[in-house]
Amino acid sequence: MGSDTIRQKGIYIHIPFCISKCIYCDFCSAPADEDTKEQYVSALCREIRQAGIEAEQKGENRTASTVFFGGGTPSILRSAQIVEIMNAVREAFRLTDDAEITMECNPGTLTKEKLETYRYAGVNRLSIGLQSTNNRDLKNLGRIHTYEQFEESYIEARLAGFNNINVDIMSAIPGQTPEKYAENLRRVVALKTEHISAYSLIVEENTPLYDMVERTHGRILPSEEDDRRMYTMTKEILGEAGYNRYEISNYAKPGYECRHNCFYWNRTEYLGFGIAAASLSGNRRYTNTSDMASYLANPIHNRAEEQILTVEDEMEEYMFLGLRMMKGVDKTEFARLFGKDYDEVYGDITRRHIEQGLMAAEGSRLCLTDIGIDISNTVMADYIL
Amino acid sequence: MSVDQSKIRNFCIIAHIDHGKSTLADRIIEKTGLLTSREMQAQVLDNMDLERERGITIKAQTVRVVYKAQDGEEYIFNLIDTPGHVDFNYEVSRSLAACDGAILVVDAAQGIEAQTLANVYLALDHDLDVIPVINKIDLPSAEPQRVIDEIEDVIGIEAQDAPLISAKNGINIDQVLEAVVHKIPAPTGSKDNPLAALIFDSLYDAYKGVIVFCRIKEGTVKKGTRIRMMATGAEFDTVEVGYFGAGQFIPCDELTAGMVGYITASIKNVRDTRVGDTVTDADRPCEQPLPGYKKVNPMVYCGMYPADGAHYSDLRDALEKLQLNDAALQYEPETSVALGFGFRCGFLGLLHLEIIQERLEREYDLDLVTTAPGVIYKVHKTDGTVIELTNPSNLPDPSEIEYMEEPVVSAEIMVTTDYVGPIMELCQQRRGVYLGMEYMETTRALLKYELPLNEIIYDFFDALKSRSRGYASFDYELKGYVQSKLCKLDILVNKEEVDALSFIVHADSAAERGRKMCEKLKDEIPRQLFEIPIQAAIGGRIVARETVKAMRKDVLAKCYGGDISRKKKLLEKQKEGKKRMRQFGNVEIPQKAFMAVLKLDDD
Repeated sequence: MGSDTIRQKGIYIHIPFCISKCIYCDFCSAPADEDTKEQYVSALCREIRQAGIEAEQKGENRTASTVFFGGGTPSILRSAQIVEIMNAVREAFRLTDDAEITMECNPGTLTKEKLETYRYAGVNRLSIGLQSTNNRDLKNLGRIHTYEQFEESYIEARLAGFNNINVDIMSAIPGQTPEKYAENLRRVVALKTEHISAYSLIVEENTPLYDMVERTHGRILPSEEDDRRMYTMTKEILGEAGYNRYEISNYAKPGYECRHNCFYWNRTEYLGFGIAAASLSGNRRYTNTSDMASYLANPIHNRAEEQILTVEDEMEEYMFLGLRMMKGVDKTEFARLFGKDYDEVYGDITRRHIEQGLMAAEGSRLCLTDIGIDISNTVMADYIL
Repeated sequence: MSVDQSKIRNFCIIAHIDHGKSTLADRIIEKTGLLTSREMQAQVLDNMDLERERGITIKAQTVRVVYKAQDGEEYIFNLIDTPGHVDFNYEVSRSLAACDGAILVVDAAQGIEAQTLANVYLALDHDLDVIPVINKIDLPSAEPQRVIDEIEDVIGIEAQDAPLISAKNGINIDQVLEAVVHKIPAPTGSKDNPLAALIFDSLYDAYKGVIVFCRIKEGTVKKGTRIRMMATGAEFDTVEVGYFGAGQFIPCDELTAGMVGYITASIKNVRDTRVGDTVTDADRPCEQPLPGYKKVNPMVYCGMYPADGAHYSDLRDALEKLQLNDAALQYEPETSVALGFGFRCGFLGLLHLEIIQERLEREYDLDLVTTAPGVIYKVHKTDGTVIELTNPSNLPDPSEIEYMEEPVVSAEIMVTTDYVGPIMELCQQRRGVYLGMEYMETTRALLKYELPLNEIIYDFFDALKSRSRGYASFDYELKGYVQSKLCKLDILVNKEEVDALSFIVHADSAAERGRKMCEKLKDEIPRQLFEIPIQAAIGGRIVARETVKAMRKDVLAKCYGGDISRKKKLLEKQKEGKKRMRQFGNVEIPQKAFMAVLKLDDD
């Protein structure tokens, strides 16, 4: 990657619809009627086209090498709507030949027809929200599908020609034991997916799960010991099966790392379209409104938040995003990007982290150790200037 | 403008806490037309944010209003508001010296409380005429006649024609104003005599320097007068004189005998003006300084340290300025292994400590670490010398100690008879010695106890209120020192003694306190990379132990495009939290842990 990364660009498209909301979800997403979806798709296309026009006027780079449909459940849309959006993207931007085009989807929303249309529209990577292979877990989480339905969708996707598939799985689900979780991992490994995202469940505020946890004083969650065991198992079982951990929660077969997500951690430019979508463009971070009515009325430059990053902000981001990746950060790259000697800025704290066994150095590279990853927030907080 | 001395009334309002003193002051200000009711913010005289929030008066406040009486004449009222809490008696005493009379406010339902008596005695000590006023007569539970009888019986002052008022609802305020005119004497003294003015308060203003609040007893002071502070000998040229509007200073031509007002004279050094000192005319001095105030001695001590060592001098400046405004505050530099450079500060009581702490944090924007409060112990050493111990770290080796003494107070607790049992039980738990009980009337009793001061400085007042449903009131004065079996409880964090956490405790309860302290600290100290033992020790013997488990997981599983700004905020917050910690060896201890000892009796 290196200097090439900087000139690349990713496109994120937010589809804020789902069939029903899961108990742990704090994303901008909700069930909606057909009419709203239709209006949303046309607003989205307007926003994308306008961005293309503006980029052209300013003489900016219009080449993109990734597109990522996230949600919500993007696969809830009719396949024609996906085609419509992809047409707008291609009109506004030039997609590279090897562009990675990912669609997040949920089992139970996929059909043969949809999958084939996605392929036709250029989608070449699927990210399926499985979460667990255990039907009781799925029910506990408020998921709409069973494991059997997932398997059907998965086979269908393979048949449709998808050869780059990610599966999301979750640990520390209420009621989950390490034994059951290990079974989860083995079943997923047996599917031979190219990529696995393994998260530990995060209890976010303003979710039904949060209230449940509060009410029971955390008793519904697995114990700390079990949580730790599941976490260690993930590394072990996936590692043995040939998956390479390249980010805190992401594992891939060699060559199948998610390019789009790496953009976030490498601070490569990305443009987000749709409500609540975030962008990084030059030294600006901005986020679209999360109000549906407002967005539908005016999808162009309708921002809830915009921040101009100072060099300090950028250095901090470089550190706390870069350290999420196993390859870590690079002192030489730091100097090139910010025109400052790494050790002058962070030398003392890094030395302490290395002494404490939280970080490791190899040449000019620095990365978190296993213990460092376990408490990465504590470590990263030290890189806030 | 010349002021007719016979038309001046200098008075204060005294009352038990919550009996409506500040509300009556507000009503008087409103009635006399200094402010329209629209301009009135509730409790005008409580102008510190802290006072409004807590609903208490901390500093004495002064305001001058003009009242057109029923006899058609205009009178100048200098109204001095005073604090009600026992910790601030000293402030009351200072204010009284500037007055010629006092309005005594008594709650029509609650009647006389401990602080009512304490304040009345203070007023009588200063030869003030006391006029009683019965407040809150519109309460359903009001019994004005019973309270009037009580005032006559207990205090022994005439109260049959006391105004019956509601300060809150503005009922019969006129009667109070007329009583001030007719029952409080006009000041005496001649404007032609040599100047003698009593300093009763002062504050520092960044532009004007020290502003001296004084009562002119004799003579005249005006712009240009060369003044001398009689105790310090410092001399200044008067720049401005004036009186007190509501929350502002109003300049005037001169202050003459009988008036209450302020003087500025480009006084830069706060130490030159001492509250209680006499201001005189350097060219024509008075013979004798006015009698000052009794010096008050702090009863409670604690260490105060800047959270960031670099702010040591800011803390020193802030303390110096606060002391100017609050003569009861004392401080001297000290150092702690754990906390670095700071000050050992002395206070009148725990509320006083808390108020100063909050004022330092709010008004001076300082981040503080405060250590556990303690009292002054007398340590009699085997070599015959005696040391006064304010900092537990300075306790000599046990082999050098003959015996120790601790301060005890005589406490008076007024309580309705229903709660006598629970209150006696509380006093016994706190090592109290029962001295006696008097029935004030059929439903109220006055309990007398001798209590060790170190048993009441933390939370005694709260415990008292909760066991009496708020009906008990409490007053105490230092009685003296008694020999006591005391020991120092040390706290070891990660096997190292943290000096700032040590405290002196009675030997019988030391182990129990040590256990609770460890439990508390276990909750206060966040998990860190490794396991941290927390131990309590008496003279090297471990009496309790808890363990803070190692931190095992602090990781954000997901961080994608839309999460980055949020993640940054989270890390910033975490970083802020770390700043509020004290690095001690390898362990980070949060500031609030140093106050943990205060909360040992929560349960």
